[in-house]
Amino acid sequence: MRKSVLQGRRFIGFALLFLLLTLLPLVLSRLPKGKYYLHIIILVLLYAYLSTAWNILGGYAGQHSLGNGLYLGVGAYVSTVLFLKLGLTPWIGMWIAGAAAALLGWFVGYVCFRYGLKGGYFALVTIALAEAAVYLTTNIRWVGGAMGLEVTWLGHRPLLMQFEGKTGYYYIILVMAALSILYTAWLDRRRFGYYLVAVRENDRAADALGVDPLKIKTQANVISAFMTGLGGTFFAQYFTYIHPRLVFGEGPSVQILLFAIIGGLGTVWGPSVGALILVPVAEFTRAQLSGSFAGASLLLYGAVLMLVMLFMPRGILGVVKNVSQKFGQRGKPTTSELSGQGGG
Amino acid sequence: MSITLSFPLLAQAFVSGTMLGGVFALIAIGLTLIWGVMGIINFAHGEFLMIGMYIAYFLAAKTGLDPYLTILVTVPALFLIGAGIFRANIQPVLKDPVMNQILLTVGLMLVLQNLTLVLFTATPMSIDNPYNRTTFNVGPVVIPLSNLLGLVGSLVGVAILWWFLQYTDMGRAIRAASQNRDAATLMGIDVRRTYLVAFGIGSACVGLAASLMIPFYYVSPLVGSFLGLVAFVVVVLGGMGNVLGALVGGLVIGLSETMGAAILPGSLSRVLTFAIFILVLLFRPQGIFRRSQT
Repeated sequence: MRKSVLQGRRFIGFALLFLLLTLLPLVLSRLPKGKYYLHIIILVLLYAYLSTAWNILGGYAGQHSLGNGLYLGVGAYVSTVLFLKLGLTPWIGMWIAGAAAALLGWFVGYVCFRYGLKGGYFALVTIALAEAAVYLTTNIRWVGGAMGLEVTWLGHRPLLMQFEGKTGYYYIILVMAALSILYTAWLDRRRFGYYLVAVRENDRAADALGVDPLKIKTQANVISAFMTGLGGTFFAQYFTYIHPRLVFGEGPSVQILLFAIIGGLGTVWGPSVGALILVPVAEFTRAQLSGSFAGASLLLYGAVLMLVMLFMPRGILGVVKNVSQKFGQRGKPTTSELSGQGGG
Repeated sequence: MSITLSFPLLAQAFVSGTMLGGVFALIAIGLTLIWGVMGIINFAHGEFLMIGMYIAYFLAAKTGLDPYLTILVTVPALFLIGAGIFRANIQPVLKDPVMNQILLTVGLMLVLQNLTLVLFTATPMSIDNPYNRTTFNVGPVVIPLSNLLGLVGSLVGVAILWWFLQYTDMGRAIRAASQNRDAATLMGIDVRRTYLVAFGIGSACVGLAASLMIPFYYVSPLVGSFLGLVAFVVVVLGGMGNVLGALVGGLVIGLSETMGAAILPGSLSRVLTFAIFILVLLFRPQGIFRRSQT
């Protein structure tokens, strides 16, 4: 008698939203600054996607990686190197990139969790790995060194994931974001999701009940890394230029987790809500500062992160959930309702 | 990748690494004090150092003050900045989950980094001073006076801090609060005030380090990003809360930086530093000196 996420009102609402979003480029193309708005929406979707991927390990399993730029960078570099050196289309390259990121995610997850790293220590190892990747790629001339790599523009070639204008990129990242949210919604009411939350809330108790925390956390990191790796390929194709700090550095690593934390850890829509609110604000701020100053968005993100941690550590959806719980809930509980505290 | 090894080069790297390690140790001791006493992992520690370096830079460059006299300003200024930030931002989250505290300090790091980027741009700045131009020759090794003074100043700073923690009432209170917060409260120690002072002293350590470094090191908005991570490496190597461990850890990382740079091409020595860090975190998270707790 399992009620699938793919049935019922929840799914119809989701499908309607998706349909509306597929029509968006048609509307925007009639607006004077449509292209610019579409660019911002692509950024919102990209960060919603990356943050949703982070949320699987960070939100549901409670292991905060501060270095997911590692997987973003691996994804970006693998597909770009394959494209530039072998002429392999990124449509195939992205799966190899995702697999490479997943393999690295397995290794990092297995080694870290095998030695019982958690909390601040796990965060430090992930930062150190991402930083090490920055210096490693900087010193390998074959992958462009500090100058990075440029994805050669060959004109409008959909088969090479290169599009004239932004609409093609928009549809790719829209599908990716939608799939990641669907997957999380599925996870939220499935056994694996409950396992993740059990491990987050009390890994010893989970272990005693037959849930292997090492296995569960490692699996979560593999899934998260795989999705982030695919996002890395999109990142490289969309921006057409990557360099070590741009993908492996502190900036992307912090942004990836920021939206999940601000939107609501361990919730289906939290990362998307966070990205939807913050990315446009940051982009408009940057535009107001005449685009010359790259640190404007990070300055804003840092301030918002501090405020959220001080005044609403459960994020926006955490607050919404508190209110809605007072009016009662029907149906199977979601993972975030099972625990007293959403996250931490 | 041509690797040329010669004795003079390695000897030079060894001496430079030792001197750099002294300053690394001082920075790390500030971090380990805060981490050990109140369990706060301050990701903005490197940015505090960066602020101290800008203060020292502007004092020395604009007023012509002797760079070492800027200590009289940077140490109290960083104490006050640290104590103020503790009051406003850290104290409210002391009982929150560790990750929330970490994320708060990450936010602080981003704010400080990018604020200085707005104010001073990304251009690295350094001062021309007689201490960096005066050098001694010991055999094949050249020692700039500034590096030597950096090491000596760091060691003096560490010794003063050690004396303070061992023999003053406030020092004893800080150690008591770090061992057992509740027991310390029952003994009549004002734990809140103790934490405030400890956070201030931890920050003052980087104030001193900033003045000691400015004669031979550049300052830029991102300088704290790397040095902060180095401080983490040193702390974890030496064992959290362990002052003498941090001294040895500082030395190890100072040597890995300079010896690595002499042996490896480009900035690959940084990869070596992070590799040491990751291995220690995995296999000896209690530090290289302490026995395992279990």
